[in-house]
Amino acid sequence: MTTPNGVLARAPSITQPRSGRVWPTLRAIYIIWYRDILRFWRDRMRLLGSLAQPLLFLIVFGTGLGSALGGAGGFGGGGSTLSYTQFIFPGIIGMSILFSAIFGAMSIVWDREFGFLKEVLVAPIDRSAVAIGKALGGATQAMVQGLILLVLAPVVGVQLTVTSVLLVIVFSFLLAFSLSSLGVLIASRMTSMQGFQVVMNFLMMPIFFLSGSLFPLQGLPDWMTVLTRIDPASYGMDPLRRVMLEGAGMPTAALNQLSLTIGDYVLPIWLEALILLAFGVVVLALAVRNFRVRD
Amino acid sequence: MSEQPVIAVKDLVKKYGEVEAVRGIDLEVRSGEIFGFLGPNGAGKSTTINILCTLVKATSGSAHVAGFDVDDQADAVRANIGLVFQDPSLDQQLTARENLEFHAFIYDVPAAIRKQRIDEVLEMVELTDRADSIVLTFSGGMRRRLEIARGMLHTPHVLFLDEPTIGLDPQTRRHIWSYLADLPKRHGVTIFMTTHYMDEAEYCDRIAIIDQGKIQAIGTPDELKAMVGGDVVTVTTADNEAAFAQIAALAGSEPIRDNGSLRVEVPDGAAFVPRLVREAGAEVTSVQFRRPSLDDVFLKLTGRAIREEEAGSKDMMRIMGRAWGGGRRR
Repeated sequence: MTTPNGVLARAPSITQPRSGRVWPTLRAIYIIWYRDILRFWRDRMRLLGSLAQPLLFLIVFGTGLGSALGGAGGFGGGGSTLSYTQFIFPGIIGMSILFSAIFGAMSIVWDREFGFLKEVLVAPIDRSAVAIGKALGGATQAMVQGLILLVLAPVVGVQLTVTSVLLVIVFSFLLAFSLSSLGVLIASRMTSMQGFQVVMNFLMMPIFFLSGSLFPLQGLPDWMTVLTRIDPASYGMDPLRRVMLEGAGMPTAALNQLSLTIGDYVLPIWLEALILLAFGVVVLALAVRNFRVRD
Repeated sequence: MSEQPVIAVKDLVKKYGEVEAVRGIDLEVRSGEIFGFLGPNGAGKSTTINILCTLVKATSGSAHVAGFDVDDQADAVRANIGLVFQDPSLDQQLTARENLEFHAFIYDVPAAIRKQRIDEVLEMVELTDRADSIVLTFSGGMRRRLEIARGMLHTPHVLFLDEPTIGLDPQTRRHIWSYLADLPKRHGVTIFMTTHYMDEAEYCDRIAIIDQGKIQAIGTPDELKAMVGGDVVTVTTADNEAAFAQIAALAGSEPIRDNGSLRVEVPDGAAFVPRLVREAGAEVTSVQFRRPSLDDVFLKLTGRAIREEEAGSKDMMRIMGRAWGGGRRR
């Protein structure tokens, strides 16, 4: 038998439990996030493929419905020259973020099915790291997928400014974070991909349709007004649209007629940011609680 | 030298609703041992290992691993154990090295020695030249080796292996064992494993035979075989039922019916066989005797044989999964 050497050969001493928890948890969050980014980057074909749906919406749906609505005046009234395609452009970015955020976070269910989740759950880390790392991983991927669409802005005729792009980045992240947290919460209770269709049809599609990505959320019947204000994604679609169209030179008065309101009150974007953040944090906290349960 | 046991379990019980999966288990595992948990599917092996690994909470009783309580000090237990699960748990989209880096991070392997240690465990399981290949391209045996390497990466005190070679072909199983058998001597780790393969249990220093949630016997393979006493004679006659009473009288104990043959234990097989052929009372069509195996011990303790065919539908799925997911071999 050869003489043992190297670090492995040391007789294993008992590792004492760490006193601080913050640093190990942050490190675990980082590596869980990093793994998602690595997989995302390695799967660039998926990234390209995921651009197909928003392009269809923007070009085919946008042009078709825009023509049906008629060229008379502009969209949004008040002598504005806004076309329907320009109106939905920020909404399509939001849509792309919405779907990839929830899908990305729900990869936890795949990890569970393929066994990898167990590797994380038995590690000497706080389980909050799993939920937070996954939420941030899903959010980062979704944000990138949404921001890529900005290259279409000149085609659609939406002018970008440095300020509007910076604000779009901030709100893309907030929207992505709140929805991927929601995805993590759903995934924390799902043991197989079987329930995925249900989630898709009864959660993701309603969130998308009610978010105001395809039509303004003013002048709707009461029941729908209520539902759209409950939809967390509404608080992400609206600021995306406001900052982009405002940057493109649309007058505030015209913009206010398209914006998210509660009663007659036009919500300021900072309040929408807070609502998104609060929703994400609360939902993520519930997910953390679910992950900490041992049976 | 008397040391603190590395694993100490007292009166452990786990109920799932009305079903008692583990019904009062006591055991102690010493430092540097390979301890085997042998029993058929559904005997409570995996439940016990999951409790020791802090994945499942016990209903009552206590368990300590490396001196820490698995319930109150779960994090301390987790930091001191390595795990190889029954089902594969690698990220197949990542390379071998990336899987190990992920593990090093969440197990707090210091940055200064991270790379060196990853290289060492890859070397240990002879995967150095495949370190930067995507795991999807690995065979079932290579994946298992990588999982063993990962389990050892953070120099755990105890390495838990749940059915480490299930679904692998015999040649690959022997290969895996060539690494496992050396680990305690070379690296001072204690191994706790479950298996339902009899030949695999032979590698263990000590074995606990578990059936229906209870430990039936604990000892070294030789001690357990000594419980059977003498040799095992398996005989087939033209009319087993007619010969049954006669063979019982000759051997001094009732034979066990097993697959169309009769099986008895006798102190001296060589002397017994000629008498058996002469006096069996029916024509003897075949006879053989051998030293007792662990299978005989299990049969004696429980009245049933553990058979590999006993693998349930879930195991079949696992085996299929490995075969299909196995990818190409190099």
